[in-house]
Amino acid sequence: MNNSKQTVDKAAEKKKPMKPFSVHMNKDLQRRYRAEKWFQRSGIAAIVIALSFLLVLFASIIGSGYTAFRQTFVELDVHFNQDLFKNENIAAADYPAMIKDSLRRTFPEVKERRELKSLYMIVSPGAAFSLQDMIKENPRLIGTQQKVWVPANDDVDMLVKGQMKASEAEDNRRIKDDQLAWIEKLEKDGRLETRFNTTFFTSGDSREPELAGIWGAVKGSFYSLLITFLLSFPIGVAAAVYLEEFAPKNFWTDLIEVNINNLAAVPSIIFGLLGLAIFINFWGLPRSTPLVGGLVLTLMTLPVIIIAGRASLKSVPPSIREAALGIGASKMQMVTHHVLPLAMPGMLTGAIIGMARALGDTAPLLMIGMVAFIVDIPGGFTDAATALPVQIYLWADSAERAFTEKTSAAIIILLVFLICMNAAAVILRKKFETKW
Amino acid sequence: MELTSHLASQSFPTLPTYDFAASLDKTETQAARQTVGNPFLENPRMTCRDVAVFYGEKEAIRGINIDVGCNEVLAMIGPSGCGKSTLLRCLNRMNDTVPGCRVEGEICLDGENIYDPSVDVVPLRARVGMVFQKPNPFPKSIFDNVAYGPKIHGFTTDKAELDNIVETSLIKAGLWEEVKDRLQEPGTGLSGGQQQRLCIARAIAVSPEVILMDEPCSALDPIATAKIEELIAELREQFSIVIVTHAMQQASRVSQRTAYFHLGDLIEVGPTERIFTNPRHRLTEDYITGRFG
Ligand SMILES: Nc1ncnc2c1ncn2[C@@H]1O[C@H](COP(=O)(O)OP(=O)(O)O)[C@@H](O)[C@H]1O
Ligand SMILES: [Mg+2]
Repeated sequence: MNNSKQTVDKAAEKKKPMKPFSVHMNKDLQRRYRAEKWFQRSGIAAIVIALSFLLVLFASIIGSGYTAFRQTFVELDVHFNQDLFKNENIAAADYPAMIKDSLRRTFPEVKERRELKSLYMIVSPGAAFSLQDMIKENPRLIGTQQKVWVPANDDVDMLVKGQMKASEAEDNRRIKDDQLAWIEKLEKDGRLETRFNTTFFTSGDSREPELAGIWGAVKGSFYSLLITFLLSFPIGVAAAVYLEEFAPKNFWTDLIEVNINNLAAVPSIIFGLLGLAIFINFWGLPRSTPLVGGLVLTLMTLPVIIIAGRASLKSVPPSIREAALGIGASKMQMVTHHVLPLAMPGMLTGAIIGMARALGDTAPLLMIGMVAFIVDIPGGFTDAATALPVQIYLWADSAERAFTEKTSAAIIILLVFLICMNAAAVILRKKFETKW
Repeated sequence: MELTSHLASQSFPTLPTYDFAASLDKTETQAARQTVGNPFLENPRMTCRDVAVFYGEKEAIRGINIDVGCNEVLAMIGPSGCGKSTLLRCLNRMNDTVPGCRVEGEICLDGENIYDPSVDVVPLRARVGMVFQKPNPFPKSIFDNVAYGPKIHGFTTDKAELDNIVETSLIKAGLWEEVKDRLQEPGTGLSGGQQQRLCIARAIAVSPEVILMDEPCSALDPIATAKIEELIAELREQFSIVIVTHAMQQASRVSQRTAYFHLGDLIEVGPTERIFTNPRHRLTEDYITGRFG
């Protein structure tokens, strides 16, 4: 019986020879490896595409914005004429007259009224403020003659930076031929140079591009975000802890959860409208202020922080809770001693990402009037202010050519802040990552 | 032909006819089975009388009567899902944290019903400590792990005294020699067996009367398991210990009394030696001879 079976087996083998096992395996394996390779390659391709978009964005913004960090200055021989300081108040002296006087002395050949007017245009209207500051600092300069570097007008700045071409037809450029000659002369005499643009980092908005700065907007954003953080982080953490650790699981908590998720997806302009209706019209808080801006951004950030907070509470392993309860910790102690510290890095990360979003958001601030033209640097929560993204929006809308580079420069500043915040989130997460 | 069928019937006896799945899904309360053996003791530390536990509608254990003696190790064995952990977690009211869990009957610690509404679970859990299946030290230093219990129960505010408590607890848990030079290192950096002994040290640092252990060795290697078993034998001199275990060898090695559970019923209780050498109930016999479980 055994014999016959063997012969049958042999016959079967002859009829249909089995493929060697290894070959069969190889084909299957190769197919799997191919699939994996293909998958990896498409992943890499996706990343490369995304990165190249980002690169193009950064290159174009930095390319058009970096020039704003330098500014053209003109050297004048200013005579702080005693006669012009008749008034008791040295701040009220006729500084523009001193500028005009020094320009006239530099170019004595210019006599005619119209020509003089275009000569004066070479220097920024803000030059008078430079002189004022000098005298305020050192009143003994009155009556002396000083070499002073004052900012050039934005058109001169554009020309020097090459953003306005002297080769264009005269009608097409704002700097006319006579002005061109004067600028050339100044340059030849070494009275014209570009310097680091401190004004951009220290002053508020201005109608004159060469006098406009980002500092007012930065401070406005800072005050708003401070309010946002101080309100949304504690409230968000408390809400997340209550919902995750204490609340009974029933219809109402489900409803709350759904609504929080909905709120996180509501377009921010709606929060702006809500803020306008409640904070300004109903509560009567002052409009255009970081206080109201911060409150509106809080509304927007809160759901993000609650959701991130709940996720990081959920990720704390239940064994830790059992350990704490098993040793006799109360629920409150379990949460504050064990669960919260472990969840905190995740919560902070969520908060920072929420804040980064709030920093970049413009629409709700437009609704509550933080879009006004504000020259003064806000000194507190209730001073009128703008914010960084709003400043970008305002400058992007301005007609002067010089504002184009300011817009890009402001975007660079905003991006730097965003990168710093997101890097902080990553570092926090890495640093406090607990392994159990 | 005859030989084979004979062999088959020898090595594969017909299993008891209980349909596990059907019994588990039963929602209506059914009468508890009579326990074989005497579950009562002269001078008990803890007593359970007619204890039934429900998860929502489902009854997990029913009609449990059992005592835990002083300075004894009581082992609870039985197939998984029979309710050992459920009963164990009733003894320090850890089941309170499970939503929808309801406990009926009476469980007393030193004659006082721990389910009385006037009883506070916080001091109760200091008196009835618990060691879990998976070692779960806090992600804090070894010292803080052990010192946490005494701190929250306000045993001491004195640093030297706290040091002392930590040291004696670690000595009792047989971990002192291994960790005395690195008390400030994280407890999570220890090996699995060391972590479990750290958890035992943490439990005994609050001087409990009873220690509950739910399969404390199931995540450990044989050497670490042997150490824990040795430790349990030593701890018996001071504490009452209730241990749930899957390994019957372990139950026979460490315990004085053994209770066998089956589908929510306490089937048989008795001195460990007798249970393992001469079980009276057929289900107990089937289980310890390895026919199911
Ligand atoms: N949290 C819970 N919710 C619902 N049912 C549970 C829960 N815990 C345990 N059970 C059920 O109670 C029964 C006993 O479980 P358990 O006590 O964990 O068994 P054992 O520890 O003996 O393996 C099982 O049927 C299990 O499904
Ligand atoms: Mg269990």
